[in-house]
Amino acid sequence: MKWILVAVIVTATVLCDALQTLGMRRHGEIQDFRPSALGRAGAALARNGYVIVAVALMAVSFFTFLTLISLADLSFAVPATAASFVIETFVAKYFLKERVAWRRWTGAALVACGVALLAL
Amino acid sequence: MTSDLRLKTRLFTAIVVLANVSGNSLMTFGVKRHGGALGSSVLEYLQVMFNPYVAAGICLLIVWMLARMALLSWADLSYVLPVTSIGYVLTAVVGRVFLGEQVTARRWMGTVLIMAGTALVGSTAVRTHDSASREKLVETTR
Repeated sequence: MKWILVAVIVTATVLCDALQTLGMRRHGEIQDFRPSALGRAGAALARNGYVIVAVALMAVSFFTFLTLISLADLSFAVPATAASFVIETFVAKYFLKERVAWRRWTGAALVACGVALLAL
Repeated sequence: MTSDLRLKTRLFTAIVVLANVSGNSLMTFGVKRHGGALGSSVLEYLQVMFNPYVAAGICLLIVWMLARMALLSWADLSYVLPVTSIGYVLTAVVGRVFLGEQVTARRWMGTVLIMAGTALVGSTAVRTHDSASREKLVETTR
């Protein structure tokens, strides 16, 4: 049961982050932090298809996570869901076309190993 | 890369990490106090969301989400993920304080690896995709 929940969380998180990144890039860099400008950005994002689907996926991930921490420790839940990390680095390179050079691969690998050690 | 972009990125990374760690910790504390496993009914989820700790946790997680969205509007996903992972270390520390667990050698090693990974990725460019190619990407995936 625990691992089914972890699988749901990982899948939803990966899709959510990929779509969120696409949506935010399409929106463009947030540069103006005055309340009125942030309000306008919020209104634009509420109509951004990628962001809408990403938020829905985040809700799926959130409620599944809530269920998971009700039957497992946070120190299991957080590291177990960190598998999304490695998958997302691949998604960033091949789908989002980011330049993932050796420092990023090494850094992502170190973090993934570190998270696994924390979980044990 | 302008130092302005780096500064803005550092600031938002800090907000993202702090909101995430405090939000998750408060939420877990509240859910545990509620007692028992969730999942039997929608009503139970609604009930637990009105627990003050869970409600405060959710507010902080909304801050986390918005700050992270802003960060992703200019930074790479493959940059944001590792640098915000320092939150795992803080989450473990908070969990330990609440649960009174021992800090084993293995956990110290995990902490060191995460910090090294974070520092390594933090030294790379914040953004590697350019506007032209990202327009093209959006066109082809629409």
